Amino acid sequence: MTIERGDIELAGVCKSFDGVTNVVDGVNLKIADGAYCCFIGPSGCGKTTILRMIAGHEDPTAGEIVIGGQNVVGLAPVQRRTAMMFQSYALFPHLTVRDNIAFALRVRGLSKADRLRAADAMIEKVRLTSFADRLPAQLSGGQQQRVALARAAITEPRVLLLDEPLSALDEQLRVQMRQELRRMQQELGITFIHVTHTQLEAIALADLVVVMEQGRIKQAGRARDVYAHPHDRYVAEFMGGQNVLSGRVEKVNGASFVLAQAAPGGIEVPLQARAKISVGDTVDIAVRRDDVTLVRPGQALPAGCSTSLPSRVLAIEYQGYFVKVMLDAVPDDEFVAYVPEKTFFADPLNVGDVVLATWTTDRARPLA
Amino acid sequence: MQSSQTPPRANLAGWLCVSPLVAVLVPFFVAPILVVLAASFFATDGFGGLTPGFTLSNYIEVLHSALTLKLYLATIKFTVLTWIFTLIIGFFVAYFLVFHVRNQLLAIGLFLLCTVPFWTSNIIRMISWIPLLGKEGLINQALLATGAIHQPLEVLLFSDLAVVIAYVHQLTIFMIVPIFNSMARIDKKLIEAAIDAGASRFDIMRLIVVPMSKSGIALGTIFVVSIVMGDFFVVKVMSGGGSASVVSAFYEDVGVLQYPTAAASAVLLTLVLVAVVSLILRTVDIRQEITR
Repeated sequence: MTIERGDIELAGVCKSFDGVTNVVDGVNLKIADGAYCCFIGPSGCGKTTILRMIAGHEDPTAGEIVIGGQNVVGLAPVQRRTAMMFQSYALFPHLTVRDNIAFALRVRGLSKADRLRAADAMIEKVRLTSFADRLPAQLSGGQQQRVALARAAITEPRVLLLDEPLSALDEQLRVQMRQELRRMQQELGITFIHVTHTQLEAIALADLVVVMEQGRIKQAGRARDVYAHPHDRYVAEFMGGQNVLSGRVEKVNGASFVLAQAAPGGIEVPLQARAKISVGDTVDIAVRRDDVTLVRPGQALPAGCSTSLPSRVLAIEYQGYFVKVMLDAVPDDEFVAYVPEKTFFADPLNVGDVVLATWTTDRARPLA
Repeated sequence: MQSSQTPPRANLAGWLCVSPLVAVLVPFFVAPILVVLAASFFATDGFGGLTPGFTLSNYIEVLHSALTLKLYLATIKFTVLTWIFTLIIGFFVAYFLVFHVRNQLLAIGLFLLCTVPFWTSNIIRMISWIPLLGKEGLINQALLATGAIHQPLEVLLFSDLAVVIAYVHQLTIFMIVPIFNSMARIDKKLIEAAIDAGASRFDIMRLIVVPMSKSGIALGTIFVVSIVMGDFFVVKVMSGGGSASVVSAFYEDVGVLQYPTAAASAVLLTLVLVAVVSLILRTVDIRQEITR
């Protein structure tokens, strides 16, 4: 069987259910063949609607959906050669694992022997051989998920669409099934599109992370780009791991600018090529929480640090390999330092202690 | 296992909970059945007087009569025909309401429309067939007017056809309700998943909807079968006295004071019905419908 290309292009895709508000609002995106793409965003941001439009369970109000060079708008899922794995799996409760997996082959008119052979091969691939004759209700959540995956994959689709596939599982199983999804994707070599609202899931799995808000794409890129270099405040806050600070630009000097702060000296931020920043603008900047170093007052700042924010420790949470220290460094925004466990316990802080929060100047980034 | 650990107080509460049902069922269901059962073994003086005792002669008489077999065949014919038509109509009405009417308010409205025949009494409903199916009824007039026939069709009213029409009209709702109920529980995502797998509408109906509505179909079947087999009124009125059913026969027996034979027929019919119902329950796990 020839494997068709499974690259996807969304061009100006809009969807409105009531004719007034666009749930999906002019989405443009290219997904490479064989990529693992994660759509991430809060509930109601339109990510599932996009998935359903790619799957053919919903028609876009405007725009084109191109799979493998062919505009698929108006085509049935089978003609698109896509397959969907539904949230909470939608397994047929009256059919056994084997019959669930063979269902698509059955309606394609394959002979019983052929479809059972194919189903058994797939059952082996997802390691459910000893459960083949059970009903879905007799399986655990993780097993049901594997059945759903196998049922979707058996038609050899060029695109597999997964709607919050891990949300029904408990934490430990989720991490395990996450790896399994990635393994299956690599084994099948097809495009996976995965909708989630869990940041960790997205960055752990995806080649392409797409962050959405209110029907629009906020940022799309490699996991590391999106996490480490969020484009704006929304993405930075949604992906987490960043302190977002806001302030008025006090002065711009060559390669950096200074944000006015209550603390003397303000916050120095390196200028980036694309950024047009002038004195008086209000600018958001981001500093990674694990880039923040805490120094007791009176101690010397580490080399390369030009900014220090005097602050009081509000709360301390032990997280295992690091300690989360919440500070009142800036008036309106949350400010958190992730201190490595060993560093923290070398000189443990207490709630109420006064410290200087500092970071290497080039770790601060202006946001759009 | 669990009941042995249940404290007596909880046991008492359980009994109290079922006591209203018991209070209704024992005097109005169990007792009459026992009376009929006892009467079926009594002898009679032929004038309505019963002689307590134990004789099988009533049963022998009923089972030896050629009429009994004929009556059962007639009743089974009505039952099967009614069942087939109510099933087909009921299934598709429920299917339409559940899967094609998107607006839930509209679905409920249409559902209520199905109950319109019940807004009037059975007798009125039956009489109202006359202007439609009668010799000078609407259908005959229309057919005569179009020239399709030259003589009014006699078969429309006071015939087996009329009996089946009346039953279907009266009993389809008993199919619609349970089938609607089990269909409404089918997760719409399953239908989508089937579409995703490439299933046609017919495949979805055959492989998903019908198997998942089985318990509703079984419940509806029990309603329809037990009502038709236990009825004599519709047969009597709609056939114009030309056809009979098992019940109409022992109704006649009662009319001529042959209580023991009537009782024996009734017991026999009850056994047949119990057998039919248990056969249905054996094929379909109806508990699923009740406990879900």
